[in-house]
Amino acid sequence: MQNPAVNRIKNLQRPGEVHRDAYVAQDVFDLEMKHLFRNAWAYVGHASQIPNRSDYYATTVADQPILMVRHKDDTIHVMYNRCPHKGTQVVIDTKGNAGKFFRCPYHAWSFRTDGSLASVPLKRGYDNTDFEKSCAAKGMTSVAHIKNYRDFIFVKLNDAGPDFESFFGDSLSSLDNMIDRSPVGRLQVVGAPLRYLHHCNWKMLVENQTDTCHPMVAHESSAGTVKDIWEKEGGDGPRPMAVEVILPFMSSYEFFEGMGIRTWDNGHGHTGVHHSIHSDYSVAPGYEEQMQAAYGAEKAAAILGENRHNTIYFPNMMIKGPIQSLRLFKPIAADKTLVESWIFRLVDAPDILLERTAMYNRIINAPTSIVGHDDLEMYERAQSGLSSDGMQWVNVQRLYEDGEGTTPEATYNGTTEAQMRNQFRAWEKFMLMSMDGGVAP
Amino acid sequence: MKVTMQALVDFVYLEARLIDERRFPEWLDMFTEDAIYWMPLEWDQVEEKLTTSLLYEDKLLLRTRVERLEGARTFSQKPQSRCQHLLQMPQVDSMDSAANAYQTWTAFHYAETRFDEQQILAGWARHTLCVENDGLRIRKKRVDLVNCDAPFRNIQLFV
Repeated sequence: MQNPAVNRIKNLQRPGEVHRDAYVAQDVFDLEMKHLFRNAWAYVGHASQIPNRSDYYATTVADQPILMVRHKDDTIHVMYNRCPHKGTQVVIDTKGNAGKFFRCPYHAWSFRTDGSLASVPLKRGYDNTDFEKSCAAKGMTSVAHIKNYRDFIFVKLNDAGPDFESFFGDSLSSLDNMIDRSPVGRLQVVGAPLRYLHHCNWKMLVENQTDTCHPMVAHESSAGTVKDIWEKEGGDGPRPMAVEVILPFMSSYEFFEGMGIRTWDNGHGHTGVHHSIHSDYSVAPGYEEQMQAAYGAEKAAAILGENRHNTIYFPNMMIKGPIQSLRLFKPIAADKTLVESWIFRLVDAPDILLERTAMYNRIINAPTSIVGHDDLEMYERAQSGLSSDGMQWVNVQRLYEDGEGTTPEATYNGTTEAQMRNQFRAWEKFMLMSMDGGVAP
Repeated sequence: MKVTMQALVDFVYLEARLIDERRFPEWLDMFTEDAIYWMPLEWDQVEEKLTTSLLYEDKLLLRTRVERLEGARTFSQKPQSRCQHLLQMPQVDSMDSAANAYQTWTAFHYAETRFDEQQILAGWARHTLCVENDGLRIRKKRVDLVNCDAPFRNIQLFV
């Protein structure tokens, strides 16, 4: 018998359109948790968050409680944050150091930092019970697939779905560029992430990252006001850092068209192929010289010449290489998304770059950010509007070209919605690949 | 001007009132030109510029906020938000007339509403005040939320 979920998913798209149920229906959201987010590679955290042995970081991947820990041999392990005994979350704070063992606070079962069971109190109570054959005896369950890519820790929870390299392909060039901007090729997480709760579907936020037709409209109130004030005050002389950061949001349609958009297989893509709103930042004194000394003039120029704007790592992560920030759009419910915005220090680079990174994060990504206020208003109006039965389809037709998705990589006019279509092609693929009767990977 | 404890207390109360009554241009004038309005992201945060904060705003950014709130195309303020401060009596922590620096500490509850949604925040405001042009001014306002590390919805007005 045909699995009804397969048709449910297939019927949510027709050429240039997506059905609103992809955004508002809880049954579709539940299928996303079960299939999409388990078949795709997901970012967990960064190695610099757990610099010492037994350091841990607890988080979520989709609806799963996840624990990342540095083992005694310095390898990073990722496991489900659940005691194999009764299910208690072994770790409740987001970060800390386990000492020699994790110890469940309920019955004191303890686990080594690779998750294996170290001891159980009153162990003789399990004599002659075949305990050794139980799954509990194996300890905390590790996730199926882990990849440490240059200190960025990714996992894939299901066996279905491609391996790490096939999943990301050349899109890793954006991550490489962000890391290579450190003269020693290393990043460090700085501080806590901003956490911003949106009453809308997670995909709206992801789509907005490559939506280049909204800044000059939705952000007229914030970026436009900065522009007005700056011009009223003369508008000449060196721009304060805040002006430098916000003003490009008011760039023209032509600017964004010329920026370009690149798509890669499996739903990844980025804005800012040729230039971007990050291209014209002032130079940090001494930084270029440091980079030239580290990489040679040619490679340093190539690294700093890339000004990719937003790179989407499908399904729900975005990075800004020139700003060294990473955003996770964490799905909570069909109409609820938690956005985490993280920043990184370029190890050994001048502090002024980190100052700009931190400023960008709070001015653009914070729940107190006027730019954030502009965006949240649009997402939540859309989430409410989609309840309308009058029209049930969302349009993603802009600058459609025949043959999209037939090559592993393509570049387009910067105002295309090709990346949104790319995401939805991948969305269907990763939804169906683990369904009975779905398409094989 | 001679700065008394009562003058400091009255000034902090007035600041909250100007926000609650949406008298933002007057409120803005309470700040010195080099003022900073800081809302840390982390508990006991010390670092100001080299880590993320919720807010770390100079006068230019504060002016932007105030103008934006009344803007014709400020869609997130249609309809406008309202807010209310409930302050515990400000405590004067230090009075140093030689350095022209006066510190107060004020516990508060803050409510912000828009449409049917009301958000309650609680915390402490630390004001660093000074005398300028014969009146008190804010040189620095630090707002520590008791749940600074929680996920927030929009905070659009001024805590």
